[in-house]
Amino acid sequence: MNGRRRLVLWFLLPSLLVLAGVVAYPFVFNLWISLTDWNMFHFQHPQFQGLGHFAKIARMIGEPFARPLPEWPSAFAANEFYRIFGKTFAWTAVNLVFHFTLGLGAALLLNRKLPARGLYRALLILPWAMPQYISALTWRGMFNTEYGVINQLLAKVGAAPVPWFSSEFWAFLAPTITNIWLGFPFIMVIALGGLQSIPQELYEAARIDGAGPVRRFFSITLPMLKPVLLPALVLGTIWTFNNLNVIWLVTDQGLPADKTHILVTYVYKAAFFYYRYGYAAAFSVFIFLVLMFIVRGYDRVARQEVY
Amino acid sequence: MKGRRRVAKAWEMVWVHALVWLLVIFAVFPVLQVIGISLRPGDQLYSTKLELVPPHATLDAYRIMLTEKPFFRWLGNSLLVSLSTALVGVALASLGGFALSRGRFAGRGAVLQGILMTQMFPATMLLLPLYLLMRKLHLVDTLAGVVVAYVATALPFCIWTMKGYYDTIPAALNEAALIDGCTPLSAFTRVTLPLSAPALVITALFSFMTGWSEFMVARVLLASQDLMTLPLGLESLFTTYQTEWANYAAGSLLVCIPVVALFLALNRFLVSGLTLGSVKG
Repeated sequence: MNGRRRLVLWFLLPSLLVLAGVVAYPFVFNLWISLTDWNMFHFQHPQFQGLGHFAKIARMIGEPFARPLPEWPSAFAANEFYRIFGKTFAWTAVNLVFHFTLGLGAALLLNRKLPARGLYRALLILPWAMPQYISALTWRGMFNTEYGVINQLLAKVGAAPVPWFSSEFWAFLAPTITNIWLGFPFIMVIALGGLQSIPQELYEAARIDGAGPVRRFFSITLPMLKPVLLPALVLGTIWTFNNLNVIWLVTDQGLPADKTHILVTYVYKAAFFYYRYGYAAAFSVFIFLVLMFIVRGYDRVARQEVY
Repeated sequence: MKGRRRVAKAWEMVWVHALVWLLVIFAVFPVLQVIGISLRPGDQLYSTKLELVPPHATLDAYRIMLTEKPFFRWLGNSLLVSLSTALVGVALASLGGFALSRGRFAGRGAVLQGILMTQMFPATMLLLPLYLLMRKLHLVDTLAGVVVAYVATALPFCIWTMKGYYDTIPAALNEAALIDGCTPLSAFTRVTLPLSAPALVITALFSFMTGWSEFMVARVLLASQDLMTLPLGLESLFTTYQTEWANYAAGSLLVCIPVVALFLALNRFLVSGLTLGSVKG
């Protein structure tokens, strides 16, 4: 019996070794970097400097609070940290809402008896199957103000061309649309599997009891899908929150003038364009903590083991 | 009364089809765009025409990609990297997931949470320490180094999928095999693994995709022209002077075809492998 127990641990060992080397070691290394002054000027011999970067982040966060109360709205709006922080949350929330409504909607439609259902399902999976960097660059081309197909279609119906990458609002919308396109098939596939595992008898019983389609959806479909959708929601939140590729590639590194950053793209630019490694490392520790906090929150709300 | 119900049913079908078609157009439109661009002759790259097939359509870009660029070298490197990632990923995740599903040991919950936590740290910040580590291990500028990094990238999701799926397989089956004289290892390989086919397929597909589409890590770890994978090869078409858009589009499609084919072939497993695990997880 004991031997079998030990065997199971041997099964786990190779995975843990790989994760320790490629994820855990760099993570700890990052903690150390976040405590140093590693940047362009101290590239060869970074010095330990303690919690300086974290203090700087804390000052950024606290800055609007130091003002008198009536000035708060304008102080928060002018604060770079809150702009990026707010944008990250808006980005995550908008994407998830659309991923889930479109994905769930598509799954409900495809779960009916439709002719050519298999073909539709295959076509709807395409955005997921294409490599992400190819899709992102394709969308960037489609949003091109002069030659992009989207503005040309708008011109066909007589609408004014949209300045996709010169206004903060539109430059935020462009990667959001791209990411909605990229992400809904994953939810669709997961929801389809969930729908197929709901016993039909439940619906028949509800129909006999006089429940309409809306009632059936909220009382049967949604609760039965919860165990499938909840882990997808947790993973989706983490992946969207930390999605560097789409914003970076679609807005061409944060057009216009670094106004489209979310937390991860901001960190990426700080580290690899301005070589502020120490600062970027401290900031990514902060991102990590925020995500831990959010996932904890989900766990509480769901009152159910997500893991 | 009956006629009215039939009309209502017909209207419903119209609605359902309209909605499905809207979604399909949304999903397929960018793909059609890439096809259109790949067919454009060199002098029309910045055209404002809306036709899907441009006037004077040509397959020139495909010819250039396949004959004048080292496309097959990129393809070979990508295949090697992606298949190795899939193979190692499946091996590690199927074993690790089993340990986490059946094992009852101290720290099991912590390992599961830790695996989820690996997803929370911004991955790009791990690049620099990873590079330094790989340099010490002499894995910089080798395909093996890239494979190790990709396996680790795909592993957390794969372990979760495998663990969730194993949870749905009654442990009694495994016990029965042990009583019938199987060793624990052969009970695993002969009973549990064959029953987990859908989850194994997902794991393989996900690991393969990670290797096939990844760009950043490859960019940092690989320097030699000879070792370039497809994403790096496509990126090399963006030169400082001009972007070879038609070639890039043609190349993109050539890159997409194998993965899309894989996805469609495995469509059936996709639904069962991803969800079954979490239904009872």
